[in-house]
Amino acid sequence: MNSIPIEYYLILSAFMFTVGVTGVLIRRNAIVIFMCVELMLNSANLTMVAFSSYLGQSAGQIFVFFVMTVAAAEAAVGLAIIIAIFRNKLTVNIDEINIFKW
Amino acid sequence: MNIWEIIIITVIKIGAILTIMLLTVSYLVYFERRISAWIQSRLGPNRVGWEGILQPFADVFKLLLKEDISPVAANKFIHGLAPFIAVFVAFSTYAVIPIGPDVTIFGYSIQLVVADVNIGVLYVLALTSLGVYGLTFAGWSSGSKYSLLGGIRSSAQMISYEVSMGFSVGGVLLMAGSLSPIAIVEAQYGWMWNAIVQPIGFITFTVAAFAETNRLPFDLPEAEPELVGGYHTEYSSMKFAGFFLAEYANMIIAAGMIVTLYLGGWQVPYIDKLGLGEIVTALMQVGSFFVKMGAILFFFIWVRWSIPRFRYDQLMNLGWKVMFPLSLINIVWVAALIMIFNL
Amino acid sequence: MTIYDIIFYLFAAITVLSAFLVVTAKNIVHSAFYLLFTFFGVAGLYVLLGADFIAIVQIMVYVGGILILLLFGVMLTNKITSVEIKSGTIHVLPAVIGLGLFAAFVLSTMMTTKWKSNPAELPFTTVYDLGYILINEYVLIFELLGILLLIALIGAASIARKDKE
Repeated sequence: MNSIPIEYYLILSAFMFTVGVTGVLIRRNAIVIFMCVELMLNSANLTMVAFSSYLGQSAGQIFVFFVMTVAAAEAAVGLAIIIAIFRNKLTVNIDEINIFKW
Repeated sequence: MNIWEIIIITVIKIGAILTIMLLTVSYLVYFERRISAWIQSRLGPNRVGWEGILQPFADVFKLLLKEDISPVAANKFIHGLAPFIAVFVAFSTYAVIPIGPDVTIFGYSIQLVVADVNIGVLYVLALTSLGVYGLTFAGWSSGSKYSLLGGIRSSAQMISYEVSMGFSVGGVLLMAGSLSPIAIVEAQYGWMWNAIVQPIGFITFTVAAFAETNRLPFDLPEAEPELVGGYHTEYSSMKFAGFFLAEYANMIIAAGMIVTLYLGGWQVPYIDKLGLGEIVTALMQVGSFFVKMGAILFFFIWVRWSIPRFRYDQLMNLGWKVMFPLSLINIVWVAALIMIFNL
Repeated sequence: MTIYDIIFYLFAAITVLSAFLVVTAKNIVHSAFYLLFTFFGVAGLYVLLGADFIAIVQIMVYVGGILILLLFGVMLTNKITSVEIKSGTIHVLPAVIGLGLFAAFVLSTMMTTKWKSNPAELPFTTVYDLGYILINEYVLIFELLGILLLIALIGAASIARKDKE
């Protein structure tokens, strides 16, 4: 299990994070942006679990727990907002949701 | 034991479990038809073979020869993938349910479970969550409004009852102190089956199991008068057979979980006092597991043909406002018992 | 090359490829599919790192909860009759250049730092340790998370329901 140096896991999570940020910047659909935010959260989780394993403590996994819970709460509220916006404007394209009043 | 022996024994176990599962699923369909006929005072299928015992083979043969139609507006890839997900999830879950105690055959000490996962109960709950995907994809990819409504209703129902299922399992974990199914079974020695110690949890878990497997009285998503068949309206031939198979396999999984968590698994109370040999004891315990599972499956079939189905809002009401608080009360009850009796 | 290395490369390849395809797929449902594979890849990596409980919780929460929410969102925000959902991209070149620089910076930092490594053997099942420290040392955050989930539940239900006029 420890024949893989920790840098490999960190490189993997850095790549995932970069891909997630790219997705948030270049995609126009609000739900796809949401998916890329989940990618970023997963990359942070992977870093924490990797460190927890390589330092021999389980406290890192507690933070992963918290991040997952916060991600779930955020997904619920975020999707409720997106659906509420869709009901009014009939689009989820973020270029068209650009005025404060309807 | 070296690695090759372990691999061969595991492959034999997988083969045995698959055979038992497939036979049980096909004969469950046959028994459902016979028992429903008995409840409704008519004869069931009794032509094919002696008393209709070869009926499942006739059904499979018929389904294989039917034409496979899929609608024009359907998303072909996901339409074909949905039954695979349903069947895969249903059959993978059976890998962690223990059938009997450790036996020693030909000098090898083997456990009668395919995979002794130390978080086995969570594995089953996670695969139940995955099972929702089969229904959601089926309902959405058929391209028709009835299927979409049925798929969404079905997945909302399954998600709601997963919550009370999880909390009922929490009560069982408090008593057993471990997430492994083998440890949970071994913690129910003597008369201390969990169904007797935590009856509220038993009831909530059974009701949640009915809702998870989309059986009456919770089968509105696939009810014929309401939704023309719900999420599997647009499926035919082997893909429909896949969903059918998956539903009965889910029933068997639910029965297996109820027996493992609440009815003592393969335990026969006080059997070691009789002092029979090891092989005879093991055989009796494996037999008791299957007898208990058969009893629970008969209960499933019995309820289906006796009770009318719930309306959708009554169903969600029951799940969130009745079952969920009851399972929380169950946890408080179990915690109080542990504190008072120092278990 | 032990079996662990092969499994690690397999899961890493699944994760990386799926993450890339999430961002570049045109069809939204395909994006959700590739996100599913990414979550599974990450769960496999957690098991390799010895975090069994976190792996199962990842599958239960992310795959069995959040991704279903996302799929419901996709299904409810497009027309039912047309099943093809396409979505475009904007400003690809500046984003790629900027993020390429960022990634190069982060990777160079990671590879040149001497990370402290103390690989003590993690226990066979991490459930006991996690339960213990969750209730004893991190109990404040535990309670706050409960309140956060309650707020999210009430908030989501009240935002998404139809207004009764």
